[in-house]
Amino acid sequence: MLDALTVAVGVTALALAAWCGFAAYRDQPTKDWHFIGMAVVSLLALAQLVVGIVQLARGEKAHGGSTIFVVYLIGAFASVPAAGFLSLAERTRWGSATVAAGAVVLAVLEVRLYDIWGG
Amino acid sequence: MAEPVTTAHGERRKEPQGRAERTRLVTGPGLLLVWLYSVMSVGAVSRSVYQILTDFGTAPLAHSLSAIAAVVYAFITYTLVRGGETARRAALVCCAAELAGVLIVGTWTVLEPSAFPDSTVWSEYGMGYLFIPVLLPVTGMLWLRRSRGPQPVAAG
Repeated sequence: MLDALTVAVGVTALALAAWCGFAAYRDQPTKDWHFIGMAVVSLLALAQLVVGIVQLARGEKAHGGSTIFVVYLIGAFASVPAAGFLSLAERTRWGSATVAAGAVVLAVLEVRLYDIWGG
Repeated sequence: MAEPVTTAHGERRKEPQGRAERTRLVTGPGLLLVWLYSVMSVGAVSRSVYQILTDFGTAPLAHSLSAIAAVVYAFITYTLVRGGETARRAALVCCAAELAGVLIVGTWTVLEPSAFPDSTVWSEYGMGYLFIPVLLPVTGMLWLRRSRGPQPVAAG
């Protein structure tokens, strides 16, 4: 269950990164559709956060340590919304580039989460 | 499609300023830079806090270096957000220190891995962090120098 979510979040994060990177390449700021995309990715990350905590509460163990696992889950959830808010204040291509960077950070965090959970 | 201009966010910029106009460093490429620096700060700070709280004894050198890296990242993030000429200079110096740190610690970990039973943010030139630790100070210094314009002293 968690692995499927991890892959889903990672893939959608990379898609968001490509999309916003393309917007930056075309010299465009983030638009409504981009924010909907960010919301979808953030919802998936939130679901992952909830599922991860529930699994820990049920007594399952994260190989790399529960504390690290939860910290990474929170970081993964926060990265895209934080970049999204920054892009609200910067209505240029650099706002889009920042969101793309945030999505890449999320994808990297997913890889780390996978390692921490699986050992 | 016409580009909707949101004015709600533009008004936030009219913040009261204590001194004369500060150079805003968080515009354009600077925003991306600040974002990456804050990510690195959060990563490095939480990592070093965790390492020092749980097992400082096993790798004191690596964990001390992680803590130093965390402080440097947090300070650069703060100076970038604050803006202004003094902050710009301070950030420039710290970026240089950061680059030196990455290169020295990176070389050290490659030459003598046994000194580092646990890895640091700057191990192997920041390979665990997609080499961002090496790339960030270079782009940072370029941005900081450009946002000033002509400069009397060239930074090493």
